[in-house]
Amino acid sequence: MTADTVLEVKNLKTWFYTRRGIVKAVNGVDFTLKRGECLCLVGESGCGKTVTALSILRLFDSPPGRIVEGEVIYEGMDLASCTIQRLRQIRGKDIAMVFQNAQSALNPVFTIGDQIVEQINAHGQVSGADAIAKACRLLEEMKISQPERALKMYPHQMSGGMKQRAMIAMSLSCDPCILIADEPTTAVDVTIRAQIMHILQELKANRDMSIIFITHDLSLVREIGDRAAVVYGGKVVEVDTVEHILESPAHPYTIGLMRCLPDISTDSKRLPSIPGNTPNPIDMPAGCSFHPRCQEVMEICRSKDPMLMNIAGVHAVACHLFSDAGGKN
Amino acid sequence: MNMSGAQILQVRGLKKYFRVISGLIPRLSGEIKAVDGVSLAIGEGEVLGLVGESGCGKSTLGKTIMRLEEPTSGEIIFNGVDVVKLKKKDLQALRGKLQIVFQDPDSSLDPRMTVGGSIEEALIVHGVKDPAERNDRVAGLMEKVGLEAGFVDRYPHEFSGGQKQRIGIARALAMDPQLIIADEPVSALDVSVQAQILNLMMDIKDRDGLAYMFVSHDLSVVKYISDRVAVMYLGKIVELADKREFFQNPMHPYTEALLSAIASLRPASKERILLKGDVPSPLNPPAGCRFHTRCHRVMAICPQSEPEFREVAPGHNVACHLYA
Repeated sequence: MTADTVLEVKNLKTWFYTRRGIVKAVNGVDFTLKRGECLCLVGESGCGKTVTALSILRLFDSPPGRIVEGEVIYEGMDLASCTIQRLRQIRGKDIAMVFQNAQSALNPVFTIGDQIVEQINAHGQVSGADAIAKACRLLEEMKISQPERALKMYPHQMSGGMKQRAMIAMSLSCDPCILIADEPTTAVDVTIRAQIMHILQELKANRDMSIIFITHDLSLVREIGDRAAVVYGGKVVEVDTVEHILESPAHPYTIGLMRCLPDISTDSKRLPSIPGNTPNPIDMPAGCSFHPRCQEVMEICRSKDPMLMNIAGVHAVACHLFSDAGGKN
Repeated sequence: MNMSGAQILQVRGLKKYFRVISGLIPRLSGEIKAVDGVSLAIGEGEVLGLVGESGCGKSTLGKTIMRLEEPTSGEIIFNGVDVVKLKKKDLQALRGKLQIVFQDPDSSLDPRMTVGGSIEEALIVHGVKDPAERNDRVAGLMEKVGLEAGFVDRYPHEFSGGQKQRIGIARALAMDPQLIIADEPVSALDVSVQAQILNLMMDIKDRDGLAYMFVSHDLSVVKYISDRVAVMYLGKIVELADKREFFQNPMHPYTEALLSAIASLRPASKERILLKGDVPSPLNPPAGCRFHTRCHRVMAICPQSEPEFREVAPGHNVACHLYA
């Protein structure tokens, strides 16, 4: 762990023990988060990106969920195994989270002001007036007009975009050093999405904070990310700087994912697609979980799961095409 | 495109208002003008993309054309027949040729019916009496949408989202429709599956020569599939043009903002236009031009008078005072 690493996730496995079987939602995720950087976790639904985020703060339901293996190292402490009391001091204060659906993440019977002040008070002795002033400043930072008025509003009185911004304000209330944003723009319209992305870009520029940005939309990655990790079947399959991964992706899944996105700037006659469906996490394919859909599948892919290995600089890929055993290189 | 060809659907001045009843003593407190005077036409074999943000009335427009919602006023001419004037029993015949595919494949299939049964039901409703013929046609439809005919006895929960959407499309195709209203058919799907469904819809269109009204909030998807594109804002169409013209020369400030809000894999070339605030409530839309509260090019006239929807270039219609 180097000096500028703020969070390190090592071989994290979060499994859910259900009646229908063991759902291996996160099945060996590795990544590091550096100070001040924005790391994007990209993947389709069911790939395990949200459960990875929830696992960092152990926010999933347990039972049925359990971290069966792995470490989440924050300031020399393993969040995956520390006491729940210790974890509570970190949740919201050091590591804060913005959820996808502001509608269900906000409490409908308290005003926005009450909810922000509650979080400020939970992590420190602040006088009532100071807490309200801070809440007001935060809403202003989120470009909410008339913040004093907004503090007195209930969630149902706000529009979707406002609620999402209020929730970002709430997550910033204790000046966290890591912000986990789980698809913060999925539930809002494109014009509102542009507003929220703009706010996040400003936060990144103005605050000394690392961001984990979770999205299914590769095109948002360019706008905010420094590095991107592509997640498939509960594992990170490729990590690289955003520029490089968008220019020259290496993993067949990343390549496929980028090709099948309709792009406004090109005139395509026919969209390339990835055959098949995302794997069922109860019944993962043996070997590399992508092999049934892969164009370049080899014999070894069916039996052996490739490791995530560095191929150049910060570029790491989990694919036999790049391993010694498979051998393109 | 295809404007010279026969027009399969013409909509003139269509309105759909929903009455809002509220209060302790229930009384009419207002009307939501979900669709407020929409006129458009779709030619044979043409794809019209209809874009707008949530709440702009695009889904209501689709449902009203099908008469799944009763229109408040206006005309809907499908194949020369005024749909608005049709009696309930005559609607049946119409709906074989005018079909709809819904956004959420999960809630549009009956979970307790096999998928074969769901598709067959469409044939039964439309009077295909011979069971052997129905079976053949169900198998043919399954194949057409890229599913194994052997899957007919399975239930919806055994399929993935993309496969369920294929079944929804198969059911819509049952009576060889001429026009399918596709209401956000790919928004619930993952990108890798979205491409499969879009390609399937293109293939079916090319083979069977049917027309689509493709409703979506995603301009990049609309660009891929459409021949012409219409933009809706608060119940009205604000811009309508051929695809090429639309993307090369967008005129309405709202269209400009929508286009600039799209994230692209390529670096952005222009400064992004950030719209202020949210879409106003359709219960109480702004006076004058409905977009003036968020417009970055608002002028003195905009709050006062509503711009007319007019042709400003060949085949390019805009409702904006900038082009008056």
